[in-house]
Amino acid sequence: MTVMTLSKALNAGLRKALEDDPRVLVMGEDVGKLGGVFRVTDGLQKDFGETRVVDTPLAESAIIGTAIGLALRGYRPVCEIQFDGFVFPAFDQIVSQLAKMRLRSLGHVTMPVTIRIPCGGGIGAVEHHSESPEALFAHTAGLRVVACANSTDAYAMIQQSIRCDDPVIFFEPKRRYWDKAEVDPAAGLGAALPMDRARIVLDGTDVTLLCYGPMVRTCVESAVAARAEGRSIEVIDLRSLSPLDLETICGSVRHTGRCVVAHEAPVTGGLGAEIAARITQECFYQLESPVLRVGGFSTPYPPSRLEDHYLPDLDRVLDAVDRTFTV
Amino acid sequence: MTVDADGAVAAPRGSGGLDRPPGPRTETIQLLTPEGERVEHPDYPLELTDGEVKDLYRDLVLVRRIDTEAIALQRQGELGIWASLLGQEAAQVGSGRALGPRDMAFPTYREHGVAWCRGLDPIRLLELFRGVSHGGWDPAAYRFHLYTIVIGAQTLHATGYAMGIQRDGAVGEDGEAVIVYFGDGATSQGDVNEAFIWASVFNAPVVFFCQNNQWAISEPLERQSRIPLYQRASGFGFPGVRVDGNDVLACLAVTRKAMQAAREGQGPTLIEAFTYRMGAHTTTDDPTRYRLASELEAWKLKDPIERVKAYLVRTGAAGASFLEEVDAEADELGSRVRQACLEMPDPQPLAIFENVYAEPHTLLDTEREQYAAYLDSFTGEEVR
Repeated sequence: MTVMTLSKALNAGLRKALEDDPRVLVMGEDVGKLGGVFRVTDGLQKDFGETRVVDTPLAESAIIGTAIGLALRGYRPVCEIQFDGFVFPAFDQIVSQLAKMRLRSLGHVTMPVTIRIPCGGGIGAVEHHSESPEALFAHTAGLRVVACANSTDAYAMIQQSIRCDDPVIFFEPKRRYWDKAEVDPAAGLGAALPMDRARIVLDGTDVTLLCYGPMVRTCVESAVAARAEGRSIEVIDLRSLSPLDLETICGSVRHTGRCVVAHEAPVTGGLGAEIAARITQECFYQLESPVLRVGGFSTPYPPSRLEDHYLPDLDRVLDAVDRTFTV
Repeated sequence: MTVDADGAVAAPRGSGGLDRPPGPRTETIQLLTPEGERVEHPDYPLELTDGEVKDLYRDLVLVRRIDTEAIALQRQGELGIWASLLGQEAAQVGSGRALGPRDMAFPTYREHGVAWCRGLDPIRLLELFRGVSHGGWDPAAYRFHLYTIVIGAQTLHATGYAMGIQRDGAVGEDGEAVIVYFGDGATSQGDVNEAFIWASVFNAPVVFFCQNNQWAISEPLERQSRIPLYQRASGFGFPGVRVDGNDVLACLAVTRKAMQAAREGQGPTLIEAFTYRMGAHTTTDDPTRYRLASELEAWKLKDPIERVKAYLVRTGAAGASFLEEVDAEADELGSRVRQACLEMPDPQPLAIFENVYAEPHTLLDTEREQYAAYLDSFTGEEVR
């Protein structure tokens, strides 16, 4: 067991993947000499060379488009999109090409491409550096969408994503890059929870609190605070946003009868909307109150001096939890 | 032989300013004139036997016949749409026959002639245009990637594939290379320009084969570029060449040379095959709304098939019996294509759920089960 920051754990996971499979490539802007703007790929180019850890020209569509070509040739590219808001120039290649290539070929073609995207706000950044575009990708058939929330999962999930024969959009919670947790590099992936399963982070009986990525820590802190007031919150880290682990989600809501979904993304058309609809369909007769969502407002991400109002914090999460007992 | 083309574009040096960009003289590589006369070019020597020229003629006639049959099938409601290659046979057959068995081709949705050269049964193309699949052939088996409909997106796939060739150490003697097809309209796309940059800075073994057929649906070349397209390559740092796209011999020679350069590690080339879309953009289009009949008539005189026929007849390489033989083979192919199209079954409803993911997917598995149960709930004549 080693204590690692989330960014170090990703680095270790990438290193392991590069060691395990010579077909794995890392590519993106500034991922080589610099080691990535968040240092997630620090030292990898030095150890694996410039043909396997590739500093690319500054063109997101081409990062994904050429990764598709490399995958056609049998490689397993891991692409970095430097910031969430920069993924949109690559949107066509991801949504119209990468996601659909397997179906287009009737299964002849496999697209084991992982796209790493640092996501979310809370770091005082300028515009386009704090967004949460996960719903756009979860809406797209052919992609898998996952979000890690801590070092332990980051280490395992990045390797699972790279090994997966489907394209995976891998969201990294950028304001949690420096959070530390235990990682066991000696433990094989066999011991890890499958990538498409949610994890119950805290057991509880009164209400289910669903979250992922950067909001997991906020929600755990909310649950701890609520416990002091006698309220028992079950916190679930969804981990997989597409497909959703409905078995774990509904299993929890059936015994608590209440549910809040928390995410940084705007609630309108967000993951919470899909989750609420699924829960309503599956657990209607066990629900004591409507499923509530707490998240970003239906606005563009605000200037950073306002982001504390935009991002759901402990108080807003607990306010939503309280409302499931009053509505 | 050097042909001065479109003098309006090749403005005098120094005229500059805002009115007209300066540019070098435009040169078009040609080895067979529209009248069927063989001409030489010092940079593109081409030795072909009579048999090889006859094979090219056969290819040209057969792919045109596939096209004619497909248009008819669309008109009769058997295909949803068809993108005709009429007029572009030489560009496609010439470049397609320049490829080695290990080279990889990335097409648009109009490369039926290249598909033919790669050994793909035309029926597979009809599946796509009939709505039975989105393609569905194995790109690795034919060394011919799936049709790409989003304009220019495949240029990046080709460039990435070429980067894979480099990583496999398959550049150099006995190397492999990639060819990617796109049109004049695509040259305005960001993806195509990004592909040029990537191929250039990584020196990737890829040949960019632009069929400039003068029209992007209704928009003429002037809406895409103020300079001849092949001259753009110099700005990206690799060679560009314009070839008479209606001259199968020139297309063969120019593509061969560019592919060989790529295989040997000399990096990308942009080939502009100067041709003309004789038909509509697709069967849904009406070109009479935006172009003059006289333009079409002028291009008819440069027909890619007629010049090869004239050459074969003039040189005595082929007589009436050979031409009749090819026509008969085309008829046979036409009826085989027609028959296979009419007999093509629709996919089963649950095929919707297949091949979306490589690995099990809980949500999709559930939807499949539910829809299967829904279908099973119909009985007797209700069965769909």
